Amino acid sequence: MTTKHRHETNLIFSKKKLYETVIGLEVHVQLKSRTKIFCGCAAGSGGEPNTRVCPICLGFPGVLPVLNRKVLELAVRAGLALNCEVSEFSKFDRKNYFYPDLPKAYQISQFDLPLNGPGYLDLRLEGKTRRIGITRAHLEEDAGKLVHFENDGFSGVDYNRTGVPLLEIVSDPDLRSPREASGYLKAIRSIMRYIDVSDCDMEKGSFRCDANISLRPVGSEKLGVKVEIKNMNSFKGVERAIAYEVERQREALESGEEIIQETRLYNADSQKTFSMRSKEEAHDYRYFPDPDLTPIVLEREWIEGIRSSLPELPDPRGDRFQEQYGLPEYDAGVLTAERQLADYFEAAAALTTKYKTLSNWIMVELLGKLNEADLEIKDSPVSPIQMAGLISLIEKGAISGKIGKQVFAEMFKTGKEAEVVVEEKGLLQISDTGELDRIVEEVISNNPGPVDDYRGGKKQALGFLVGQIMKATRGKANPGLVNQLLRDKLYNP
Amino acid sequence: MNLNKPTAHEIVDMVGNGKVTAVEVTESCLSRIDEVEPVIRSFIRVDREGALSMAGDIDRRIAAGENPGILAGVPIALKDILSVEGKEITCGSKILQGYTAPYDATVVRKLREAGAVFLGQTNMDEFAMGSSTENSGYWPTGNPWDPTRVPGGSSGGSAAVVAADEAITSLGSDTGGSIRQPAALCGVAGMKPTYGRVSRYGLIAYASSLDQIGPFGKDIEDIALMLEAISGYDPLDSTSAPVEVPRFRDSLVDDIAGMKIGVPRECFVEGMEEGVEEMFRAGLEVFRSLGAEIIEIELPRIPYSVACYYILSTAEASSNLARYDGVQYGVRNREEKSLLSMYESTRKDGFGEEVKRRILLGTYVLSAGYYDAYYAKSLKVRRLIKDDFDRAFSVCDSVVMPTSPCTAFKLGSRMADPLQMYLSDIFTIGVNLAGLPAISINCGFDREDLPVGLQIIAPPFAEGKILRAAYTFERNTEFHKRKPEL
Repeated sequence: MTTKHRHETNLIFSKKKLYETVIGLEVHVQLKSRTKIFCGCAAGSGGEPNTRVCPICLGFPGVLPVLNRKVLELAVRAGLALNCEVSEFSKFDRKNYFYPDLPKAYQISQFDLPLNGPGYLDLRLEGKTRRIGITRAHLEEDAGKLVHFENDGFSGVDYNRTGVPLLEIVSDPDLRSPREASGYLKAIRSIMRYIDVSDCDMEKGSFRCDANISLRPVGSEKLGVKVEIKNMNSFKGVERAIAYEVERQREALESGEEIIQETRLYNADSQKTFSMRSKEEAHDYRYFPDPDLTPIVLEREWIEGIRSSLPELPDPRGDRFQEQYGLPEYDAGVLTAERQLADYFEAAAALTTKYKTLSNWIMVELLGKLNEADLEIKDSPVSPIQMAGLISLIEKGAISGKIGKQVFAEMFKTGKEAEVVVEEKGLLQISDTGELDRIVEEVISNNPGPVDDYRGGKKQALGFLVGQIMKATRGKANPGLVNQLLRDKLYNP
Repeated sequence: MNLNKPTAHEIVDMVGNGKVTAVEVTESCLSRIDEVEPVIRSFIRVDREGALSMAGDIDRRIAAGENPGILAGVPIALKDILSVEGKEITCGSKILQGYTAPYDATVVRKLREAGAVFLGQTNMDEFAMGSSTENSGYWPTGNPWDPTRVPGGSSGGSAAVVAADEAITSLGSDTGGSIRQPAALCGVAGMKPTYGRVSRYGLIAYASSLDQIGPFGKDIEDIALMLEAISGYDPLDSTSAPVEVPRFRDSLVDDIAGMKIGVPRECFVEGMEEGVEEMFRAGLEVFRSLGAEIIEIELPRIPYSVACYYILSTAEASSNLARYDGVQYGVRNREEKSLLSMYESTRKDGFGEEVKRRILLGTYVLSAGYYDAYYAKSLKVRRLIKDDFDRAFSVCDSVVMPTSPCTAFKLGSRMADPLQMYLSDIFTIGVNLAGLPAISINCGFDREDLPVGLQIIAPPFAEGKILRAAYTFERNTEFHKRKPEL
């Protein structure tokens, strides 16, 4: 027996064997068209059950689908943003299976010739960048929803969602950890929102994800048996579900069990996955080309036209923010995560040179207030120009940073200019040495104890005295001036 | 006056110039229906009230001086496969009983706009699957020439009502010969237009890539008139062709001198009835005597068309018919307690034998592991069959074949052998696979006095050539004037 062989034998029986996690994600993005993919009904979510339906999306006898041109445009936009090869020739296929939420008993999807072919996403996570392959991104129609009336013992179907356009983005099995998986999802979401093709609201179901997970020994090229996880409804849920599943598979492998190819559902309450159906029970979807729809034939020029209309994407924009505005990576990342926030920053940055100050004000004050008020950046009561106005008052020394917060709160409440708020509330900083002189002297004479302490070497006592002055001026005193005056008077009484 | 006897173009003239009213014509048809339906049974539903009300509207519009349309006052029967808003439409199937269509098919809307009057729905093989109308979920229909025989299928009802003068014209649908074969067996004209010429919106699908709506008529002018009324690009049908619709009546020219007519060597098949071959050859002589040049051509892949068709059409059907699951409309077996058993028993009881046979076949050929051997291969064969026709049309203007290898057969005589029934579609199926236009016209009668059909086929969108040849044949023969005695 050779050493090599013995080594392998050891490995097989070793409980310390190291496994690599292999994850591929299938993301369903609801495209933001006004109408459904194959009929004129309003797309979107919610509403009274079965109020946004017609014979076409209900699959009544004799109806035919007609592709919504806007949907096609959004899908190509998304494909280009994910660096996909957009196909000049693609087609629709039927995926056949019976379920009450699927009125035609087939879903119109794309099988072997998807609209968007191979692409990639450069995932930045914890200071590293990894290229995640995208297998494809194809168009399909959404199904309806079952509504269970448990007390009455029957179920209903709401077909409002039937025919809502979806883009299914399938990743290569390139993700290696739950963190990477959720990072990838967030990046996809950010890009889709940036290019304005989807709201990507996980809670409203306009952004959904299934995961394929397998383990393999470190160093092995061959993929292990995969398990599909469904029903993950939040980014946290995705991380937890995958982490649970990885652990489950590891334990199974370590105790010598075989992984069964199956579909499992994630339960957010128990934070566990449960078997839904095995490979043997899996559907044979009998895909074939949909004879009701002609192939999608695109002209290169049209595709390039869409490419040229794409905005700068989050990561390149973040890089530029670091370079052009000298912002730290963290700030640049936060500010460029949403397109409208980045636009806000840039609109204000055109009016000031204090970029880092601006960044702080937006990240801390503005985002804090928006969050409190449950508003989005586009609904901000404080415009970028007003924000720049506030910063310039602080820079000029007309108000202190602390007063600035008070001014900002008022601006947020009333939508008024910073100058108007300062004027109305009488918050202009006291930089008049004469007036401050008087107040400083008063504070010194009223606080003999701390004054003695300071003079006796307790430097911390200065802070208390400054506080007393700020209190007396209701914060309007120019802090630099206060410090200077106080020191002068304490040393030269 | 028997106002159910004239052709559509005669009715339009008479109603238009005030000689008769649309209501009078409609009443004539309705009383003819009362007279012969007990024997022929070609209507599933007669909409007496609806028809008279539509006719009344036409008369009022004419009285008001409005233009009532190119089919003003013409009572038309519609195959039970076309969606008519507010009417029960069942596609000849029990599974759709009680289903009321919520919208008009595009052809139905166009016929309304042209001033037509709808008499009701005609009988058919369930979901258009069959060649005899015996697969109807209701009852078999009799052939007006001999009610103990079949009218052909699947549009048997629509052919029979025109032959029996119950309706002036009618619409059918043709997936593998379902207009042409019953037209042949009932001795009327029936046309399948080019795939894409007529919108399929509202036509209940059997095999979407093959289905096409077309008219039945007592003469070729009626066929041209109906074709003008129903053709045209439809934004609701992605497969409808954005090509202009010519005024088909302009093609009605009694002259085919110099026309090159191809006759495929392959059409003289074993099993063709003597009477059919005799009359078909006589028909060719008619064309020759009128100055046409008869050329022998080859369509070498035609023998494979039946196999190819029964794979592609059943594959599409297995998917198209999956929606009849008892959930939304039609019949549901309510006693069932689970979803799966509800699906199973609804479809088991709702569909007839032939429909189930084809769903099984279609499901099989699309299954994992069989797709390439059957479905994908058939797509290639389909392409080759189209190539055969393309090659033929490079040397001739039209291709002529018998419509059916047999005349009307006895009710019940072929039900035991589905394969034999499938083979009787041999002359018509290739045309659907190639997406071509074709007509069947009466070219005589066999020794039992049953009509024989002759088929004229042309390149895509060359319906005009077909109409011209058919019209010339008709002007120089008397066959179309014979009526069955009922």
